[in-house]
Amino acid sequence: MDPQTRVVILGAGHGGGSVAAFLRQYGFAGPIVLIGEEPLAPYQRPPLSKAWLKGEATADSLALKPLEFYAGNNIDLRLGVHAVAIDRASKTVAVSEGAPIGYDVLVLAMGARARRLTIPGAELKGVLELRTAADAEKLKTALGAGKTLAVVGGGYVGLEVAASAISLSAKAVIIEREHRVLARVACEQLSNFFQSYHAARGVTFELSAGVEAFVGDKGQVSGVKLADGRTIGCDAALVGVGAIPNDEIAKAAGLECNNGVVVDLAARTSDPAIFAVGDLTQRPMALYSRSVRLESVPNALEQAKAVACAVTGRSLAPPEVPWFWSDQFDLKLQIAGMPFDADEIIIRGDPDTAKFAVFHLKQGCIQAVEAVNAAPEFMAGKQLVASQKPVARDKLVDMSISMKLVAV
Amino acid sequence: MAKITFVEHNGTEHVVDAKNGLTVMEAAVKNNVPGIDADCGGACACATCHVYVGEAWVGKLDKPSAMEESMLDFAENVESNSRLSCQIKMSDSLDGIVVTLPESQH
Repeated sequence: MDPQTRVVILGAGHGGGSVAAFLRQYGFAGPIVLIGEEPLAPYQRPPLSKAWLKGEATADSLALKPLEFYAGNNIDLRLGVHAVAIDRASKTVAVSEGAPIGYDVLVLAMGARARRLTIPGAELKGVLELRTAADAEKLKTALGAGKTLAVVGGGYVGLEVAASAISLSAKAVIIEREHRVLARVACEQLSNFFQSYHAARGVTFELSAGVEAFVGDKGQVSGVKLADGRTIGCDAALVGVGAIPNDEIAKAAGLECNNGVVVDLAARTSDPAIFAVGDLTQRPMALYSRSVRLESVPNALEQAKAVACAVTGRSLAPPEVPWFWSDQFDLKLQIAGMPFDADEIIIRGDPDTAKFAVFHLKQGCIQAVEAVNAAPEFMAGKQLVASQKPVARDKLVDMSISMKLVAV
Repeated sequence: MAKITFVEHNGTEHVVDAKNGLTVMEAAVKNNVPGIDADCGGACACATCHVYVGEAWVGKLDKPSAMEESMLDFAENVESNSRLSCQIKMSDSLDGIVVTLPESQH
């Protein structure tokens, strides 16, 4: 490793911040420039829809590292700045403030942004999205007792925020285009479970419902107009309908992109001097013989470590099983793997007890597990996804047999 | 304020100060101590903050929750003094605690 190697990281979210931290942890001594568009040093986003809204987290507790860490580790953290263009020939990045920055190694970590609805009224005050701490602060202000929050999109963000709203004595109504919540990311059984659990705690649902417009009063949103003509009254509306990768400057620089910046297992892009990590990337998933774009912290961390390994000459760790989690009310959902090509679903435990797991199998091997308040099923399932060892169905459905024995 | 000594698998020691109420995991992450990954940020969802607690301190800790026990049950190289460091909150009574890190968190 050349001690003069200069690493420039575009994007100071969980991924970008972790690249800088792992580089120092792995002994990289060269200059690091970390550029972030938000005014905050890298912080954890998952608590924004939960602990932050409920007032159980502080800016300090969300911070990935204390501010002193960056100065103390000679990391040139530039906040409120974003990259404008990458010039691969001269290995420089043009930025919104200051002179172009030269790099030897460039790391793209610009993440993804919330997909917006292009319908009338989308510009009204109180039509919100949730990606950043600033977004979360606006949402928190809108969530007082007795207020009604309309959530457009029944995905994980929508469900988590609805649960937080209820615990703050606000009302929440989830409006979903499909006939069930979590339609794109979970199986029917899990969708039904989450919907019933939320409904029993006061969340109301409008399913198979198209959204035509946001309606307002004096510039402030006051309702969501549905395709069937009804208007759902609200004090604020959260739009949670997915995210799109911030890959524009990568595309403009001629890097291979396909719903995200295409990278290999070492997180390297089509230019060997440029890496990319996190929500921004389209990455290989050898386990399922395909490539995917994942929006998850574990994915960003795995890729951040891969970059730090490549730059410092360490050998790359074996690929991890992708995993996800979500906290709603007193439910902890843990998911390992992805249910690609599954031909069988096996449920262990009883959803009515709010402690169960859904296993997705392909030719008798577990492709994915969705575990609700069921840590052993998650942990053992994750190991079985990695090993692809065939599993005994009779043991898997039998709660009297521990997951330790199922996994043997 | 209480002191925590982290001992890496290779014997390297890191001594950090932690405010009361901070978890042992948070103290490690905020000080960039290698060997504690804490992928989930303290949600007790991932078991990547596994540590071995020094014998003198084991009895001073609250008993692990059912969730922590079942997560630990499937972690690698678990011993009787294994804990998830995101579940250990610092207080004056833990001043000086020593925790040793496993070779890997996966």
